[in-house]
Amino acid sequence: MANEPRYLKETPSQTAGPYVHIGCVPSFAGITGVYPEDPGARMVDDSTRGERITIVGQVIDATGTPLRDALVEIWQADAEGLYPSPAEPRGTADPHFTGWGRQPTDAETGLFRFDTIRPGRVPWPDGRLQAPHVNFWIVARGINIGLSTRMYFPDEPAANADDPVLNMIEQESRRETLVARRDGEVFRFDIRLQGERETVFFDI
Amino acid sequence: MTDKPLTTDPFYPRDRNWHPPALTPGYKTSVSRSPRLPLVALPQSLSDVTGPVFGHDMLGPLDNDLVRNYAGPGQSAIGERIIVHGRVLDENGRGVPGVLVEVWQANAGGRYRHKKDGYLAPLDPNFGGCGRMITDAEGGYEFRTVKPGPYPWPNGPNEWRPSHIHFSVFGHGFAQRLISQMYFEGDPLIPRCPIVRTIPDPAAIDQLVARLDMNRTVPMDALAYRFDIVLRGRRSTMFENRPEGN
Repeated sequence: MANEPRYLKETPSQTAGPYVHIGCVPSFAGITGVYPEDPGARMVDDSTRGERITIVGQVIDATGTPLRDALVEIWQADAEGLYPSPAEPRGTADPHFTGWGRQPTDAETGLFRFDTIRPGRVPWPDGRLQAPHVNFWIVARGINIGLSTRMYFPDEPAANADDPVLNMIEQESRRETLVARRDGEVFRFDIRLQGERETVFFDI
Repeated sequence: MTDKPLTTDPFYPRDRNWHPPALTPGYKTSVSRSPRLPLVALPQSLSDVTGPVFGHDMLGPLDNDLVRNYAGPGQSAIGERIIVHGRVLDENGRGVPGVLVEVWQANAGGRYRHKKDGYLAPLDPNFGGCGRMITDAEGGYEFRTVKPGPYPWPNGPNEWRPSHIHFSVFGHGFAQRLISQMYFEGDPLIPRCPIVRTIPDPAAIDQLVARLDMNRTVPMDALAYRFDIVLRGRRSTMFENRPEGN
């Protein structure tokens, strides 16, 4: 067929497996001296603008057990709502902020931890502002294709109520699975893979 | 900076029938780790089409040489020396530059340098098992390593992974994020593997099988395998979309 559109197919996903640390966070696997540091380990430095925050959480399976071999990546805007990306059309983000973080879940506790800043608001394609949020991507043994979700902030009720993404979730009761809770000095965001209060995951 | 790419067009929708589904009972660990509720379809916004930049200055000279990057002075890893190379393309067939490609693998005996791996095959003191590169202007990448061995794993009573190399690929947008595995042409363990078989379409599985590439071998030194990777594409590239004069 001469006019058949010709596109390649995306490379199919495969699980990251139990040894993902070797390639993505080698120092966590005890492999040092190959890279100076694990990519995504540091998101901020002393000059980063904005409110410092810490995000912690677990990735929890259907039996209630936290995954001790998961890898979590986050991507977020800076304090002004600008992404540190060449595709950001609205301006230049804070050069002291990477926007991208990568952390393993702890081999004992299953906790991940990101030291970052509170993101500003980012527009939706129609110009409305989205509520402040952090984009998450989770891979692990047993996860065949990386899971995409978002974390929102519990102290932004008005912005969350108007957020175009949260409002796309049909069952209102599920929206709260994306809202972190304050736990002392940190924001706690648990990701439930399956079962009661299963986290909303997106096909983006 | 006037060369700021302006494309914020969305990526083509992911073909979820080409990828493995979340729940694949033949691969037992997926049963308790797979969401049961449907994914919520989301239009892409800046949160998804943007991504960090990885500069070549982050790389060390041995980052893409697994034969040497963990080895002692004058030493090298044991095993069948191979070169793996290819291009990272988008679905339009265009090379994608500036992609961070990270790889990890078992050693030639099928053993990972990881505290969770208790396989009786020995560690190689000169092999760490990680490497990385950033694609060139045409999307090309290349690394040198030893061919990883197959190994048993506790999915069933006698289950073996085919020789494989794990790939993590980070393109220009967070929505392109991908992790997969590369297999080797002719390996009889490929069609038996429950992880391979999470992928429903044989043509999709074939896309993960690298081919022997005699033209890229280094005679008397290393064999070569070709493995192209395809990331999600979009209507126009950031370069074509750049207004004249920018």
